Amino acid sequence: MSDVILADFLTIDLPAMLAGSLAALGCALVGNFLILRRQALIGDAISHVVLPGIVLAFIVTGTIAALPMMLGALAAAVVAVGLIELIRHLGRLETGAAMGVVFTTMFAGGVLMLERSAGRGAHLDVQHALYGSLEALLWLGPTDWASLLRPEVLAELPDEIVMLAAVTGSIIATVVLFYKELKISTFDAALADALGYPSKWIGVGLVLATGITAVAAFQAVGSILVIAMFICPPATARMLTDNLARQIWLSGGIAVLAGVLGYLLAAFAPQLFGTVGSLNAAGMIAVVAGLMQTLAMLFAPRYGAVAQSGFVGSLKRSKT
Amino acid sequence: MDRTLIDLLLLQGGFNTTLVTVGAALLGAGAGVIGAFTLLRRQALISDAISHATLPGVALGFLASLALFGDGRIAWMLMLGALATGGLGILATQWIRDHTRLREDAAIGTVLSVFFGLGIVLLSHIQTLKSGGQAGLEAFLLGSTAAMTTSEAWLIAGGSAVVVLATLAMLKEFAAVCFDADHARALGWPVAKIDLAMTFLLLAVLSVGLKTVGLILIIALVIIPPVTARFWTERLGKMVALSGVFGAVACYFGAALSASAPALPTGSLVVLTAAAMFSVSLLLAPARGLVAHGIRLTRFRRRLMLRQALLRLDQGEPMVPRAMRRLIRLGVLDPEGAPTAFGRAMARDASHDHLLWTRYLARHPDEAFAVTGWGTRPITEVLSPDQVDALEAIDQ
Amino acid sequence: MRVDNPILAERMREQATAPIGAADAPLFIANLTVAYADKPALWAIDYTAPVGGLIGIVGPNGAGKSTLLKAVLGLVPTVAGEVRVFGRPIGQARERIAYVPQRSSVDWDFPTTALDVVAMGLYGRIGWFKRVRRRHLNFALERLDQVGMAEFADRQIGQLSGGQQQRVFLARALAQDADLMLLDEPLAGVDAATEATILNVLRDLKAQGRTALVVHHDLQTVTDYFDHVALLNGRMIAAGPTGEAFTEATLLDAYGGRLATSEIRAAGAGD
Repeated sequence: MSDVILADFLTIDLPAMLAGSLAALGCALVGNFLILRRQALIGDAISHVVLPGIVLAFIVTGTIAALPMMLGALAAAVVAVGLIELIRHLGRLETGAAMGVVFTTMFAGGVLMLERSAGRGAHLDVQHALYGSLEALLWLGPTDWASLLRPEVLAELPDEIVMLAAVTGSIIATVVLFYKELKISTFDAALADALGYPSKWIGVGLVLATGITAVAAFQAVGSILVIAMFICPPATARMLTDNLARQIWLSGGIAVLAGVLGYLLAAFAPQLFGTVGSLNAAGMIAVVAGLMQTLAMLFAPRYGAVAQSGFVGSLKRSKT
Repeated sequence: MDRTLIDLLLLQGGFNTTLVTVGAALLGAGAGVIGAFTLLRRQALISDAISHATLPGVALGFLASLALFGDGRIAWMLMLGALATGGLGILATQWIRDHTRLREDAAIGTVLSVFFGLGIVLLSHIQTLKSGGQAGLEAFLLGSTAAMTTSEAWLIAGGSAVVVLATLAMLKEFAAVCFDADHARALGWPVAKIDLAMTFLLLAVLSVGLKTVGLILIIALVIIPPVTARFWTERLGKMVALSGVFGAVACYFGAALSASAPALPTGSLVVLTAAAMFSVSLLLAPARGLVAHGIRLTRFRRRLMLRQALLRLDQGEPMVPRAMRRLIRLGVLDPEGAPTAFGRAMARDASHDHLLWTRYLARHPDEAFAVTGWGTRPITEVLSPDQVDALEAIDQ
Repeated sequence: MRVDNPILAERMREQATAPIGAADAPLFIANLTVAYADKPALWAIDYTAPVGGLIGIVGPNGAGKSTLLKAVLGLVPTVAGEVRVFGRPIGQARERIAYVPQRSSVDWDFPTTALDVVAMGLYGRIGWFKRVRRRHLNFALERLDQVGMAEFADRQIGQLSGGQQQRVFLARALAQDADLMLLDEPLAGVDAATEATILNVLRDLKAQGRTALVVHHDLQTVTDYFDHVALLNGRMIAAGPTGEAFTEATLLDAYGGRLATSEIRAAGAGD
């Protein structure tokens, strides 16, 4: 690889891959518990209401600084989940319907506020909110591999990546530290309560973790990809193992792999086919994650559709 | 309200705008009607997977019509594409739910995000093409009626009308399947086919409405109006009709409002109008609304507390201070805490009433707890005089 | 509200202190009323469980047996009444209760093994943040052995038979080392070996002075299995030693027309 190409790679491609993988990793770890609690769609709802939260924070503070946006989005996530519970309970509606009412309404409000305010000028628009802007991340500084760890080069890391790293790091720490608590409250809320682990508050904590990862990932990869990362890697891992700890780490690996592969495909596949330009990286990461999940759903050794039908088939054969 | 909005609401805004507004109202009616059945089948969020799954179809439709006709924006091609991948999304969701250990929520989430991701990838590919009209595709995300052509408006109005008519034609079949699928199957109804027809109409209405409301928000059209209608009635026919009306009003108003000024996205206004109707219903609906429910619950608790206190009084058992204070206020106990003559009579009545309720429970255990007011209301108010006489006649 | 009236004040004081006498009981219930929406499911239940009792909760379908256990645990909201466990409100006595839920309420596809599930019974003692150690797993393995399930320790819970699953949950309750056990239909649809194992374990617990409330549906075995009975049908029909509370008369009262007299006779109810 010539120096110029390497420098380009380190400046343009590496930060995008880093951001994509970090976002995917953080979301996937949280997603394991969402899936086991049958709350995968809470991830969906939360990633939609991040937008109104951010817009409101922008309108109130007038800046696009990270902290107010994070707080605004978190507040929106908590309000949304609270409203869903309230409507479900008081209106005697199924969760899905209550969710549909709440997140579409909040998202609609967010879009309206965005269109009516000056937010459009401030790098806030619905397209970015949905697609993300991985491609816009630049790491100005590194010239070769050895330069990556130099302090002055590290200082040039885009803010988004620093925030993603911090958030994903804290998610990893949280999962390790609270593994036992998350496990018991997910498996058996009544027992958790009985043993002094208040399942309701652990549930609220999980919603907050979902909100934090969604906001952090949102800037880089957009809200729809956030949903893909909450669900696809854990669902893939779920097909492959019956051991919770193994499932969690497996999902993390799958997420990082999807991040790297998806970005590389988006950036370089068009060139392989002789066309110019590149494809949307966030979308491609979701597609790669979906493909990996499809492979697992079909060919997983024990729970894949092929193995299952083979098992049923062999049972039938052994009966005759 | 400014002059233009009133004009628009009265369909005085020019032919094209009028067509768009009427088309939107028809769309809302169709979505509301089919959404009512979807809600009753507990499949509200399947529509979320479907609507997101239409995006790659729209993009493929664009590419196909560009290749075939040299113009990417042929409305019916885009709609056909949306129908195709939306349908694929339904099949994928059902396959994951039925053939893997993953549950429906994960299946929906997978399909909506992966299909949407694919759609974004295709759109980014389209952006690099050197042809006009890509910009219009973004309207499919959030909905826009601003730049709608006459042929698009006709397609939406016509498509919605077809959905409404088809749903009305199959009302009886849908109702039978929603009410009790097993029973319908036992009667020889082709339940699977009816289900399929229902799902197809849902898919059709979502594809037709993409351009107006946008694919992120369109699911609100099939969820919010039926949920709102549910607050006002316990009867299926009425609920379906109301849901259609609510949907039509939301879309009509949203479309007119959005045409009245720039930077008013149609989808958002439609959803917010529907949400406003929902909030009012949630609070104020006569039987199921929050206020009515709260009043009923408070009354029930009061009656229950009073009844239990009277029974304890009759038995000479102690009661909690709160109940005692209540009885003093009611004149059942005198301020000293001793029962008055009136109080003794009331306690005796309550005790006798409870004896009858107990007999009723012993003889008709299944009915007893299903009846509203067991043990809390005077038995003569709930049961017929014959039933009460029969209970009185038992001597124990 | 301040009470000026001396007689009323006296009565209130009496009532405020009244439950204390029964408050040492493993389970003390007074006037417990539960309603779903505005329909009562449990009506003014008064009950005191004896120390070391092996108590069968019996009654027709929909009589509120499971609701009673859930109300004791605070899992369903109550309209009126009071529950005390060893003299304390439930919130302060949770570590002294173990609950074995109905099989249908568990996610059997959860990625966890039999040993894992039993070890969860120890989480209360392990405490926040701390990891499950080898000695905890050894202790859990002993409990599994106690119910004859040691060889299935590494099996994913969904791959066990119904009876085996029930024994795993009993082992988990044992690991909790509780003084009051609440079991919701542990004997429903299990094989004979499991039934015998569960009964042996329950009798051992009784011998250690612990108390167990068992929701039970099979009238034929009530007199053999339980020394106390609580007969429920929305209200408490009868409660006490089996010979006194489980009679033809009380059964008729609880089941009404739903039970033929011959069935009641066959249940061996005393008279």
